[in-house]
Amino acid sequence: MSGEVIGVWIGAILTLGIFSFLYKDNPFYKFSEALFVGVSAGYWFVVTFWQYFLPKLIDNLVLAYTVLTVEGKIDYHWVYLLGGGLGVLMLLRLLPNVGWLSRWSLAFIVGTTAGLQFTRYLESNGIIQVKGTILPLIVGGNLNTTIGNIIIVVGTFCGLIYFFFSKEHKGAFGGAARVGVWFLMITFGALFGYTVMSRMSLLIGRLDYLFSNWLGLIG
Amino acid sequence: MNQENNQEVKSIWEKLLSIDRRIIFLFIAVAVAVPLFFRLSMRIPVTPVAQGTYQAIESLPAGSKVLVSFDYDPSSMPELQPMAEAFFRHAFRNDLKVIIMGLWPQGPLQANIALEEVFQDEDIKAKNLQYGADYVNLGFTAGNEVVIDRMGHSFKESYPKDGQGTPLSEIPLMRGVRNYDNVDLIFNLSAGYPGTQEWVQYAVDVFHVKLAAGNTAVQAPSMYPYVQTGQLSGVLGGMKGGAEYETLLGIPGRAVRYMFSQAVAHAVICLFIIIGNLAFFSLRRREAS
Repeated sequence: MSGEVIGVWIGAILTLGIFSFLYKDNPFYKFSEALFVGVSAGYWFVVTFWQYFLPKLIDNLVLAYTVLTVEGKIDYHWVYLLGGGLGVLMLLRLLPNVGWLSRWSLAFIVGTTAGLQFTRYLESNGIIQVKGTILPLIVGGNLNTTIGNIIIVVGTFCGLIYFFFSKEHKGAFGGAARVGVWFLMITFGALFGYTVMSRMSLLIGRLDYLFSNWLGLIG
Repeated sequence: MNQENNQEVKSIWEKLLSIDRRIIFLFIAVAVAVPLFFRLSMRIPVTPVAQGTYQAIESLPAGSKVLVSFDYDPSSMPELQPMAEAFFRHAFRNDLKVIIMGLWPQGPLQANIALEEVFQDEDIKAKNLQYGADYVNLGFTAGNEVVIDRMGHSFKESYPKDGQGTPLSEIPLMRGVRNYDNVDLIFNLSAGYPGTQEWVQYAVDVFHVKLAAGNTAVQAPSMYPYVQTGQLSGVLGGMKGGAEYETLLGIPGRAVRYMFSQAVAHAVICLFIIIGNLAFFSLRRREAS
């Protein structure tokens, strides 16, 4: 029996193990789940070492050291020491007496991420999206675009009104908020539909694996 | 007699509302499994957003360079792998040069699986495509959106070597490719973070590069606003998006085949939603009266 066939059998049996939870919780499911968790943890440990720790920290520091010894210059790669140092501080969480030092690393992560994301979100998901709603409500000779533009403008405007809580939702303002709720409900419905499609796709993929790769019932 | 009928109807609604969920699972399993055995091809209507992705690739002249980022792992294979295969078929059919990369560790491996599948096609085989000249796999590099940002200045900063350890300067396809200015299109297959949103934020809106994408169905609705604003050329949404792309290519593959199961399963779910609502409102009306 080839390695590939053994792999298919293991995959199929574990798939059935996970599916068995749909009937009720059982040891076969527990075993499959525990195996998945363990393999995932092991896999990510290896990935972290070979793809993050080694190439991003060790290789760069070795390069910096080589440049220093061969050319006698202090290379910019020494800056990776800072990252390594912050990483060590994170590990100090394991020591109760000096665990507070890990907050410096967290502060660095939170600060840089917030700064980096703020400008990008503001432009891509804020300013450009607002610009995208400034549309002509009537486009001559193009009924589809006209209807589409009206839906975008009315939906955005009423949706924003719904989230404006400084004024009571009464009268025309309340009516616009109710229209906003309708748009939100339709959006949630569409999101639900897409989620169902996504989950069904995963089930189709697994069943196709069982019937094709394992049992060979589908050519 | 009428009273008895009412009692009987009421009990049916009550039974339906308290139906064992395992029966519903069984119905769904049958609805998904049985159509897989029938080679029925459904008519797949093509949406403008899928057409946008197809056109973005189709409009490129032969020899154009496409950077494709595989930002997903095996758990999203049923949705994204058919898109990956269709993309490679499309790109190689049109003699495009493909630069593969991944922001997810398993992404570039998914690309290799798709390539293996596509290289079995006779017309692709006849092109005698060469690694390094017609396509290259740069592999995975850690850093998420920072990688995207750095590649805007220099590919070499993020990828000094390809996935096999060959320096970029020794790869014919990568000669003259310094940053996004030297690629004609980015195609992103994404199942989450980092993915299409980060490519829009850090590549499109900063370096003004053209981007098309294929997403899981869960993610797709969040990407449609980017199409409306022109930040994205098009989106393939989930399995349906993959089926649309295969239809546009004229090469129906797995996504088209799977859509029959998808349609039957959706019909069954809709039926259960209708029955559930009818039962709920019927019982509420009776209780109120």
